[in-house]
Amino acid sequence: MVQLLQIPGRAALAMLGEIGRLSFFIGRTLFWLAQPPWYGRQILRQMLDIGYFSLPVVGLTTMFSGMVIALQSYTGTERFSAEGETSVATVVVLIITRELGPVLAGLMVAGRIGAAMAAEIGTMRVTDQIDALDTLSTRPMQYLVIPRVAAATLCLPFLVLIGDTIGVFGGYVIAVYQLNFSPSAYLSGTLEFLEAFDVIIGLVKAAVFGFIIALMGCYFGYYSGRGAEGVGRATTNAVVYSAILILILDFIITGLAFAR
Amino acid sequence: MSHIQIRDIHKHFGANHVLRGVALDVAAGQTMAIIGASGSGKSVLLKVILGLLPPDSGSVEVDGVESVNASRRTREQILRKIGMLFQGGALFDSLPIWENIMFRYRQNVDMDKAALRKEAKDILAQVLLEERVLDLYPAELSGGMQKRVGLARAIADKPEILFFDEPTSGLDPITSGVINRLVRDATKRLGATAVVISHDMNSVREIADRVAMLHEGKIIWQGTVKQMGRARHPVVRQFVHGLASGPLTEQYEIKK
Ligand SMILES: Nc1ncnc2c1ncn2[C@@H]1O[C@H](COP(=O)(O)OP(=O)(O)O)[C@@H](O)[C@H]1O
Ligand SMILES: [Mg+2]
Repeated sequence: MVQLLQIPGRAALAMLGEIGRLSFFIGRTLFWLAQPPWYGRQILRQMLDIGYFSLPVVGLTTMFSGMVIALQSYTGTERFSAEGETSVATVVVLIITRELGPVLAGLMVAGRIGAAMAAEIGTMRVTDQIDALDTLSTRPMQYLVIPRVAAATLCLPFLVLIGDTIGVFGGYVIAVYQLNFSPSAYLSGTLEFLEAFDVIIGLVKAAVFGFIIALMGCYFGYYSGRGAEGVGRATTNAVVYSAILILILDFIITGLAFAR
Repeated sequence: MSHIQIRDIHKHFGANHVLRGVALDVAAGQTMAIIGASGSGKSVLLKVILGLLPPDSGSVEVDGVESVNASRRTREQILRKIGMLFQGGALFDSLPIWENIMFRYRQNVDMDKAALRKEAKDILAQVLLEERVLDLYPAELSGGMQKRVGLARAIADKPEILFFDEPTSGLDPITSGVINRLVRDATKRLGATAVVISHDMNSVREIADRVAMLHEGKIIWQGTVKQMGRARHPVVRQFVHGLASGPLTEQYEIKK
């Protein structure tokens, strides 16, 4: 009986320890975010990697999502509504800007960038490069973590804005070339019910997701276990936990923003 | 010149009690070798001295200034005196060699890129590497070259204290010989106080003035390099002469 309780007990303790360590890491991140020096070159490098080189993946996923939503909403709405043209456009733009744009971009970037950050920082940990930074009078928090967190938080909204546009374009392509809607009706349907608020909430989500992705990548890399196995586990954890947190936070932000 | 005093350092990881009361003095200008079996805690001891790992208890003083639990400012001042060559080199993968070498140097001077590269070239020459290495990345270098670049980075801003963690591990005998000489020359040139971790006896004889042996979490013996060859302590004897049987290998021996 005692032994049976020991296992979940130990797991619970380990989880509390992990949460404590993560909270401490978040606290330190927020603290150092506000302290100079900021390593501009590192930030630019990360922005290039996160923003520019993620464009193809994000563009492709949002493009096809826009196309699929257009198809689905047409076959769905024609059953009960005659105004297919404008409602397809409206559904596409609302779902893309509010939900799928940020969530898909977040998940894609988590897979691409979060994993790479965990692997890179984890490797630096196990090969003593983080200790070397420290002995060379450079704080790893400032040199490694802050540039990544700042760059991801800044870049994701732009990435999502571009992704949104491409997604709407995907819907347009399907509507005009496959469903034979008129281009002008589609465009007016896109803009008619779209509010700035929808776009802004989408971009707020994007910024939050960017923060989470970089935070998880850096956190698991920073505390990577020893050896190649430790780095592998850090990489997996970074992706899994950022994906979970993205979906949870998406729900929470949506609830706060649109529940009236 | 700098001196280091280590007092009663304890450090454990979970159930693994690695350091159990380490005490050691390194006098100014002296080169101290710390020897001991793999996993005996030599690297951990060095990381405690550098303030990279907090000890459970004990004290480390560098020039009379306590470095355990020191404030950030104090720690900065101590670190500025120190150059460190890590066991695997610990070069920054994402930076070319010249930026690796000048990493700390450039923080404190206002120099343009050309001047920094020129300086890096001069430091590289001290470890017998050519100019063409400047723009390569660490992954493009052999193990011996990485160690030399690591050495170059350690000596770049003329520290008073040098730490070397196994400078010759994983190298062939000839490259090891070269590294030993470079380490000795660099230390002499700077007049630095040095701590060398090693289990390579040739290296110890070549570089060190004094030797201390770490075993089961404690310094069990210390003396000059000469005394080491004649040491009576059975553990030291076995280690120094590389004997197959003795107290270090008891657990592997077949009980009769
Ligand atoms: N960061 C760490 N976390 C847990 N255990 C560690 C850590 N660093 C070292 N150890 C353990 O401490 C012991 C001494 O390691 P180390 O100092 O690297 O030995 P060596 O004398 O070969 O340099 C080993 O058993 C090692 O597993
Ligand atoms: Mg070691």
